[in-house]
Amino acid sequence: MHSSDWLQLAIYMAALLAITKPMGLYLMQVLDANGRTWLDPVLRPLERLTYRVMGVDRAQEHGWRQYTFAMLLFSLVSCVFTYAILRLQHLLPFNPQGLGPLSPDLAFNTAVSFTTNTNWQSYGGEGTMSYLSQMVALTIHNFASAAVGIAIAAALVRAIARHSMATLGNFWVDLVRTTYYLLLPLCLVFAVVLVSQGMIQNFNGYTKAKLTEPYTIQVPKLDDKGQPVTTNAPVLVQAPKLDAAGKPVLANGVAIMLDVPKLDEKGQPMTTNLPVMVDQVVDEQVIAQGPMASQVAIKMLGTNGGGFTNANAAHPFENPTPLSNFLQMLSIFAIGSGLTYYLGRMTKNQAHGWSVWGAMMAMFLAGVLVCWWAEARGNSIHQALGLVAGDGNMEGKEVRFGIFNSSLFAAITTAASCGAVNAMHDSFTAIGGLVPLFNIELGEVVVGGVGAGLYGMLVFVVLAVFIAGLMVGRTPEYLGKKIGAYEVKMAMLALLVLTLSILGFSAWALVSQWGVAGLNNAGPHGLSEILYAFSSATGNNGSAFAGLTANTPWYNVTLGLAMLIGRFLMIVPIMALAGSLVRKKISPPSAGTFPVSGGTFILLLVGTVLLIGALNFLPALALGPVVEHFLTAQGKLF
Amino acid sequence: MKTFLSELRGAVMVTLALAVVTCGLYPLAVWGIAQAAFRDKANGSLIVEHGVVRGSRLLAQAFTGEKYFHPRPSAAGANGYDATSSGGSNFGPTSQKLNDAIKDRIATYRTENGLKEGAPVPADAVTASASGLDPHISPANAEVQIARVAKARNLPVAKVRELITANTATADFGIFGDAGVNVLELNLALDRL
Repeated sequence: MHSSDWLQLAIYMAALLAITKPMGLYLMQVLDANGRTWLDPVLRPLERLTYRVMGVDRAQEHGWRQYTFAMLLFSLVSCVFTYAILRLQHLLPFNPQGLGPLSPDLAFNTAVSFTTNTNWQSYGGEGTMSYLSQMVALTIHNFASAAVGIAIAAALVRAIARHSMATLGNFWVDLVRTTYYLLLPLCLVFAVVLVSQGMIQNFNGYTKAKLTEPYTIQVPKLDDKGQPVTTNAPVLVQAPKLDAAGKPVLANGVAIMLDVPKLDEKGQPMTTNLPVMVDQVVDEQVIAQGPMASQVAIKMLGTNGGGFTNANAAHPFENPTPLSNFLQMLSIFAIGSGLTYYLGRMTKNQAHGWSVWGAMMAMFLAGVLVCWWAEARGNSIHQALGLVAGDGNMEGKEVRFGIFNSSLFAAITTAASCGAVNAMHDSFTAIGGLVPLFNIELGEVVVGGVGAGLYGMLVFVVLAVFIAGLMVGRTPEYLGKKIGAYEVKMAMLALLVLTLSILGFSAWALVSQWGVAGLNNAGPHGLSEILYAFSSATGNNGSAFAGLTANTPWYNVTLGLAMLIGRFLMIVPIMALAGSLVRKKISPPSAGTFPVSGGTFILLLVGTVLLIGALNFLPALALGPVVEHFLTAQGKLF
Repeated sequence: MKTFLSELRGAVMVTLALAVVTCGLYPLAVWGIAQAAFRDKANGSLIVEHGVVRGSRLLAQAFTGEKYFHPRPSAAGANGYDATSSGGSNFGPTSQKLNDAIKDRIATYRTENGLKEGAPVPADAVTASASGLDPHISPANAEVQIARVAKARNLPVAKVRELITANTATADFGIFGDAGVNVLELNLALDRL
């Protein structure tokens, strides 16, 4: 934990604070159907044209049911669109490597994954996806799922800010305006900046580079028909030597053993079926190319996180320099942070907006410090072998980022439901890996996914004022609106569904053959891998303890269902909550009103998140990372 | 039913509209600007010598000979350093396989570089990177390898150290990130001497 690292953390926090207000003010214009931005001359005609082909009247607002219905219908249509492209990519253009279609379960998992803003990747980017699949099938959701999240958050904030009304806005207008006015211009600038750092953006075929030092590898020998050649040697077993009478021959009282051919059930001699290996000289490195920067810009700003390459933001093309790393980290939080300012502005209570931001930052910083401390401390088992102790845990990390920027990135990407990684979380120390897992299980409300973080946090705010109301014995009120049984029920429903999905699916996988078959690590770390997978899917995060082999029909389908539950079964009760809040009258504050800003509120909000969000997971966490931490200290290996 | 159909039309048309704008116009615009302004970087920062592509400045290649600096261990692809199959080992902290691999690598590293039994080894030298393509090694790791390379090439140690300095990426603006020595660029520079 060097002083230069502390300086980087301070710069990061200062930069985030500095962009929060401008972003919030810009969001005010974007999320207002009549808002004005300086991009109007270019984008207003495009916006109008889009409404015309859609047949949408932008002046018309909708109630919560129609708003939700439009959102679900759009998600369904766009999900089917992606599924179709993935299944047909071998017939479509922009496929220079001639990659084949995805299997039905993998296409389902991937289409759901991107529709729900999860971007869990069961596939390996470079070897599976054609350029068209990357550019159209996946990128459309990077924009659309981010815009959907922001739209839902805007609807909930309007429900809080308005009173005695029935409508929450127009989903189509929110979707189109967020994409055109917010995401597109930001991404265009950001993508070009990323290219200036070394990120690729091309449509070339893969490049072949001549190696300086060719090397030899062993590959299976193929016959003329391209089939692997196998050895045909008889399998031998040992059997006692028998004499003419069928009695074992003894020497010094011990039976003499002979090698005899092993026979199968039919009495035929068995032969080995091992592939014959031959040497092959490797004298070139094939380098994957593609239109990466345009996809990476939105994957970060939209907290999608789906990597262009398998190694995601750890790949030197996908995150070339420490500066590109810093900007990517900032962009993950940018919109989510700005939305808290939007909340304050809309509810005419800026202190409330900043207090929500403060609660998020308190939890975020706690996670960063713990993760960073654990990774800098390193793995005592490996240090005992002779590693320089001060180097920390470098397995699965890149030199240019080092311990600090890898730990910071891990905390940000899991706090924000992004899921991009610049280091492999699976290889973090037990406590270092606990932090990302814990962040996800809090419900992705520490800034959270764009929009999703705010609507998730507002659910906790409703619960926090409810608990405060119970403690002082008054009717709970939130910004002048009475919180009744219906609101609390909807809020609890939205949260309990997450817990049920994470723990239910994890438990199922842990006792099933299909579940444990995918493990890369034994012992408590295996439990962590499965728990992380279903937490990440349900939390719509998308990062992984990537050792888990999840590209199997069972995992693809169960994880796909967890993602759908985590996204839509959370949104529907939240929209019902919004539909109820928007109808309520606002009563003026009185002496007994609980203030929703300041230190007491922040403390109460953090406490609520920890109690309700995290307590359910403590037993599971104790069996996974916590046990592993103590076993590491004892030098136990699996 | 009428509402349903009109909403369905909205959903289908907006999907197509977004596909055209965000998946067609947007990446093409980025491509156009990138190719015009940062042609070299947008195409992979390739190192071309006499018309032959030797690699990318950003990606590690395998080096095992004693006259070359060695990159970090790689878990990319079946044989390592596969630039079409990036990734880490994903072994956890209590993994027996990881423990054995690190133990073997430490022994090899000490033998290759003439270190004494029990001498501390830089962590990055014996752990697999996240991408398997990490182009850098830590300056401390490069320092340990100097003597071996200088001896194999019959070069003064100071000359090799000079090349290391020339091929070291320091923290951006002196603040962001950690310093790293670019192994491929350094080895190609050694071959050019």
